Formats: sequence, structure tokens, C-alpha cells
Amino acid sequence: MRQVVHIFRKEFSAYFISPIAYIVIAIFLLITGWFFFATFFLFNQANLRAFYTLLPVVFAFVIPATTMRLISEEINVGSDEILLTMPVTFRDVILGKFLASVALVVAMLIPTIAYPLTVSLMGQLDWGPVVGGYLGAIFLGAAFSAVGLFASALTRNQIIAFIIGLAVCFTLTLIDKMLYFLPQSLLGVFAYLGADFHFQNIAKGIIDSRDILYFVSICFVGLYGAYLALLQRH
Amino acid sequence: MIQVENLTKYYHTLCAVDQINFDIQKGEILGLLGPNGAGKTTTLRMLTGYVQPSSGNIHVKGLSVDTHILEIKKMLGYLPESAPLYHDMLVYDYLNYVAAIREIRGDQKLARIRRLADLCGINEVMHQPIGELSKGYKQRVGLAHAMMNDPEVLVLDEPTSGLDPNQIVEIRKIIKEIGKEKTIILSTHILSEAEATCDRIVIISQGKIVADGSSESLKRSTGGKNIMYLSLQNADFAPLQESLAEINGIENVSRISETDSVLNVRLAYQSTDDLRPDVYRKIKQTDWILLDFHQETQSLENIFRELTKES
Repeated sequence: MRQVVHIFRKEFSAYFISPIAYIVIAIFLLITGWFFFATFFLFNQANLRAFYTLLPVVFAFVIPATTMRLISEEINVGSDEILLTMPVTFRDVILGKFLASVALVVAMLIPTIAYPLTVSLMGQLDWGPVVGGYLGAIFLGAAFSAVGLFASALTRNQIIAFIIGLAVCFTLTLIDKMLYFLPQSLLGVFAYLGADFHFQNIAKGIIDSRDILYFVSICFVGLYGAYLALLQRH
Repeated sequence: MIQVENLTKYYHTLCAVDQINFDIQKGEILGLLGPNGAGKTTTLRMLTGYVQPSSGNIHVKGLSVDTHILEIKKMLGYLPESAPLYHDMLVYDYLNYVAAIREIRGDQKLARIRRLADLCGINEVMHQPIGELSKGYKQRVGLAHAMMNDPEVLVLDEPTSGLDPNQIVEIRKIIKEIGKEKTIILSTHILSEAEATCDRIVIISQGKIVADGSSESLKRSTGGKNIMYLSLQNADFAPLQESLAEINGIENVSRISETDSVLNVRLAYQSTDDLRPDVYRKIKQTDWILLDFHQETQSLENIFRELTKES
């Protein structure tokens, strides 16, 4: 388990040694900040609704961009040969990299705490949904990180990893909004698959075990897929 | 120390390594030789747990790679071909990371990194990104990486490829130095290197072992054909041939050239005894003048070429 910590530390600092973290965080803040405050004053409501509506789509773009290099770069450079011949297991590698990506998501969210603080100065802010929203955002970020990591384990090409990750995350985000052409009997299943649906539940301030279970299972499926992809490669 | 048993690896339908067997003793420097694509790297990768064998097994100190790979990885140090390291890390950070994964802690860690930096001569690049290093330095950082845990077995895949002659000499010196107490397996396709550094040579061709032994024993066992060259002044070929044929063991006397009064002759014999004294005695009996007299043993290059020829 200690190896997970070492790999996590190395991967997390790699984000900040290279310009990746700074660029991604800056773009994330720019997009969410702009879209949130552009319409904020029109609604004249002191809540973070607009921010949380936006978050899944932005995450679907940003997170695959941060995870795309995690494994595919190792395969491309060949450094996986160095890593995997040290006393580490696939599990250590995948968990370490996954946690690094989740930590980056948290680092990305921390500056946005300025939004609720700003809003609370202007009106009566209900902190329940805000806290729920942040918790949900971390779960959502973790689920997308797992998906991105899986995409990264599939190929040695970072661009392909990004596109696969983006496609899956985007589908998960929008699937519950494209239900009008589906038969009635399948609606429930597809609505349940939508990441946005579960995220918005948590963002309302209701923490339901079904929503948590959904994100945990997405994480598990993604990480297990990454594990199988690595196993298959060796 | 290490037993390789019936080791086989298929990549899809391509057989990269085909039922190879060999043992490595403690403290031995073993050279794995072979043409490109012979299966050297695949063999080393199976030994280090990077790829899994299709069948067969490897035991390191009695532990099987199948079931105890983590324990084996702890005993091994591995330098993959062309040292694929993390390009954006600083050398020091990288070695620090490796030390952490190798579970070297605290004061010991710094001392170990210092010692390796001295041994591998990387002190002056410790604070440079690995991606900016020359190939020679990268290789040395890779070597420091491989030796971080003071491994009992050091596995080096083409440690000198792409280095300049000075660097090659230095890396060989380091290998010799470490080899005094460690078991080393290195792969190479440079024959002089194997001859210079290894106690034992295993030649692989098309996934099979075609020769195994010290470089001397390889030379002796495969033909052991010796060839002598003579240059004589004022000599005639016919009487020369006649007198040399009397020596026991001489197989063939042939004329290479005859210019003015100088006769160049080639003698071939297949014998473990040295026939040079006999030949010299014969020449001494005549009034011919001996201008040149030398012998060639079949070189490792020839043996290698013969053994690894495409069939």
C-alpha cells in the first residue's frame, strides 16, 4: 500500500512540475467562472445552481485531458518497463495514478470556493446544497478520472486516449437528456446510467446511497478495465 | 541462483523464445548474445516479470516468477534497453522516487543516492531534467536506477548500445566492478564486449540457445580450426608442400600468391596442439628465408556468424 502513496506523490507532483495543472486549472476556472457569473445576476437567486449544471460538461472535457497521459505516455516512452519491474503491482500503479487525478480535481475545485463565498455576501446562501455539490463534484471527478485512466490504458497515443475518455464521459453526462427517442421500458435504465442525473441529486443536498453507489461502481468499472488492459498488454 | 526451465514465449503466433534452459551461478557475469530479434530482450523481460512466459518457468533463489514475482523484483535490478526514463523529472527527483519505491528510507536514502551518483558519475547532472541528458548520461542514470536496491542480480539489456567508445569503456569498468560481488546478466550484440566482460556466454538464435560456455570453450568446441600464414623468400611451393605434409595434423597447404621471389602460403589444421614449432623446425632445415609467420584462431565473430546463420 505504501507504493500507492509513492506513485501518487510522483504523479501528483508531475502535474505541477509540468505546466499541465496550471493550464487545466486556469481554463477550468475561466470557463466555469464566466458561464456562472454571466447569468448569475439575471436569475437574482443566491445559489450555485448554474455552476453545478455546468460542472459535469466541463469535467467531461477537462478530466480526460488530465488523465490521458497517465498510462499511455508510459507505454509510449517505455517507462512502464522501468515502473513495472520495480516491486510494484498493477493495483499500486493504477490506484496511485487514479488518486493523483482525483487530487488534481480537488485542487481544481478549491479556488471555486470563492464562488459560494462571493454569493453568500450577496444573499442568503443555503450551504447544504453547496456542500453536497462539492461532495458530488469530487465523486463525479473520481468517476471521470477512472474512465479517463481506463482510456489511457487502452492506447499508447495520448490523443486517442483523450478522445475515448471524452466520448465516454460526455455520453455519461448527456445520456439522460437524450431519452425522448427511447421506448418507455428502457427509460429507467438509461436515466440511471446518466452521471448528470446522479450528480444533480447530490447537488440538491440529498445524499442518497444509490447515487454514491453509482459513482463508486463507475470508478470500479473504470479502474478494473484499466487493470485488465494493463494485464493484457503484459 | 537462477534456473531457466523450458522457457517459451509466443507473441500471437510468433515464437520469440523457444524452450530455452540455462542456469546462472551466483557471482557469474553472463552474456546473452544473439542477432537482432533473437529473443534476448524477451528472455530478460520474462526474468524481470515485465512479460509473462507462455510456458516454462524461471526460478530465482528457488522462487518462481509465476508465484513470487514481487519478492523476485525486490532482489533484481533491471536496466531496460535504451533506459526509458521519465523525461520531465530531475535526475535527483527520479532517484529519490526510485529509492522510495525500493523502500529505502531516511538517511540511508541520501547516502545511497550519493554513493550511486559517485559510482555512475552523474553528480554533475543531478539537477537536470532527464529528457535533456545525453544518451550516455541517461544510460548511467538507468544504471543507478537498477542498482538502487543493491540487487543480488543485475539485469542489463544492451547496457552500452549507443554510447561512444569512452563511455563504453567506463560502463564496462562499472559492470566489472559490480560483477565482483553480484550476479550480472547482460545482453549485447557486440561480441568483443561479451568477450571482455563476461565469464560465460550464451548465444541465442531464433529463440533457441545455440551455444553456452566461456569464450575460450566456445572457440575450442566449435571447430577449433587454426590457420597459419607463411611468407617465404627463395622458396618453391612443391617442396614446401611436401615437407609440411609430413607434419601430423596439417590438413591443407595452399598457395595464396607468388610474387617475385616471395611465396605466400596458407596452412589449415584442426588440432588442439600447437603446430607452430613443428612448422618452424621444417622451415629451419632449408635455406629459405622466413619473412612472416602468424596464426589465427577462429574468432568469436566467426563462431557467432556460423551459429546464428539463417537456416
